[in-house]
Amino acid sequence: MTTAAPLPVAPRIRQPKPPRLRSQLRDVAVMTYRNLVHIRREPLQLSDVTLQPALFTLLFVYILGAGVVLPGGGTYVDFAIAGLLAMNLVTSSMGTAVGLSTDLNTGVIDRFRTTPMWRPAVLVGRSVTDLLTSVMCAAIVTITALAIGWRPDAGIGAVLGGFALFLLFAYALSWGCGCLGLVSKGPESAQGIGLVILFPAAIVSNAFVPTQRMPTVMRVFANWNPISVVTDACRQLWGNPNPSAAIQTWPMEHALAASLLWSFGLLAVFAPLAVHLFRRRTTN
Amino acid sequence: MSDESMIEVEDLTKRFGATVALAGVSFSVPRGAILGLLGPNGAGKTTALRILTTLTMPDRGKARVAGFDVVHDAAAVRRNIGVAAQDATLDETLTGRQNLVMVARLSGLARVHARGRANELLEQFELVDAADRLLKEYSGGMRRRLDVAASLVARPPVLFFDEPTTGLDPTSRARVWQIIRGLVADGATVLLTTQYLDEADELADRIVVLNHGRVIADGTAAELKARTGEARLEVTLSGPHPEAAAALAPFVLGDVQVSQDGQRLRGRVRREDGLATTVVRALDGAHVTVDDVIVHQASLDDVFFALTDGRRRAADELDEVGADTGIASR
Repeated sequence: MTTAAPLPVAPRIRQPKPPRLRSQLRDVAVMTYRNLVHIRREPLQLSDVTLQPALFTLLFVYILGAGVVLPGGGTYVDFAIAGLLAMNLVTSSMGTAVGLSTDLNTGVIDRFRTTPMWRPAVLVGRSVTDLLTSVMCAAIVTITALAIGWRPDAGIGAVLGGFALFLLFAYALSWGCGCLGLVSKGPESAQGIGLVILFPAAIVSNAFVPTQRMPTVMRVFANWNPISVVTDACRQLWGNPNPSAAIQTWPMEHALAASLLWSFGLLAVFAPLAVHLFRRRTTN
Repeated sequence: MSDESMIEVEDLTKRFGATVALAGVSFSVPRGAILGLLGPNGAGKTTALRILTTLTMPDRGKARVAGFDVVHDAAAVRRNIGVAAQDATLDETLTGRQNLVMVARLSGLARVHARGRANELLEQFELVDAADRLLKEYSGGMRRRLDVAASLVARPPVLFFDEPTTGLDPTSRARVWQIIRGLVADGATVLLTTQYLDEADELADRIVVLNHGRVIADGTAAELKARTGEARLEVTLSGPHPEAAAALAPFVLGDVQVSQDGQRLRGRVRREDGLATTVVRALDGAHVTVDDVIVHQASLDDVFFALTDGRRRAADELDEVGADTGIASR
């Protein structure tokens, strides 16, 4: 540093400050921004919320739709879109698991932890990033759906309500995936385990086919499955064909309440658990 | 803790399973000083540093940084420290500038100040040209400099550098040294770990040598060197002489080594005042003509190996009788 002036360092000792909401929000914003920069640098990471949803929407509607006859009538595209949204949002919430796990395997978390930042901002920032990619995913499914003839039969408020319900569920689920990322060894295993859990859960539901003719065990699972519940609620809100409405189990009969319960329940369990796991994983 | 001590460590103990990383370590660093923490791999340097920077909890003992307890007042400690660690602790997928701004924001600087501070540091660390390149594309030397720069973002009064020059070329190394000296001149207190004895010799006001989780020496470089009390003598003659080795023998511990051409003689000697004069007189008395006499001071390397070897035996004996009482080995 031949030309460098002496670096000014404050030798004064700083007193601790109580944590303030504003600085916590700032830390969340900084973490979110960082994650978004990552995504922009490696746009291929985003393929599961861009290309894949569009592709799945087309494939499922034209291939499955060719064979499925809905009890109670209606077109398959009108039936399937809520289910496709559910599946795509569920699989995209795994981004949280992969992202967190990646961070934990580099030294960057240690750097964060030696700053006076609000530590849970690492988690909250990750979940906010995931929410933003979920919005993108939902938009792509919706545009594709509109292009191939999906039409909601409801007011604008109800349509937006349906999207909000899905995004809330996806957000809650991303905290669950966060926990998975925090206990897994690395991003690959996080993704692997996530897929093994979430993909069957998305299939054994009312997302793509009515549940009425499933084998008993699967039918019971499908009717309580939060993915079915949210899909059911959304079909009701959108005025789309909804064979599940005829099923007499509590979650199917009270889909709206049940989906809120599921979402807030998942949040109430997984958010504190994630904070706990994060603390445990990053001490010692 | 006295006002003068910015880092104070007392009986610090840490185990990882069956491995004892720190077995009761104590030392302190006065304000404005550089302490070099030395030791072979696995000696406990990094563990000590991680405890002091609130990344790891000690099992026992106390550590205070800037007057705050690292366990009970960790948040206050974090407001007063800057850390440049060994591992990649910056974000590979961000640019150098984005990394600095991010750390600045997380340290509580407002956006505009964070940007200004990042620019300032990029300039001071000669990273302006690389500022907007991704960290992935940085060379080892640039990374180290950015790492050190990131630790200075909030102008903290206490700085921790974990092997700040490992893997650097001599030029980059000299730069980092200069930066560290500049920081201390401005009133910062620095703790650095290193495997390089010359680095400790060059920079540190005081050196603490760790081995197997214990402090085996604590003092200035000169004090540590004086401890072994040995030096190396090297004599070059004008021409080979049959009496030369015999004339040197009284001063040398062990054998006198003679080079093949018989002109150069070497040996270990006990250090004493006027040694060179005495040696030349003795050779002159034997009619040996001398071109050159060099008395090498023991290097810190010699000291280090003397200490770590000797202590290993002592520590093993202690462990054998189960005397791991955790008493500070200071």
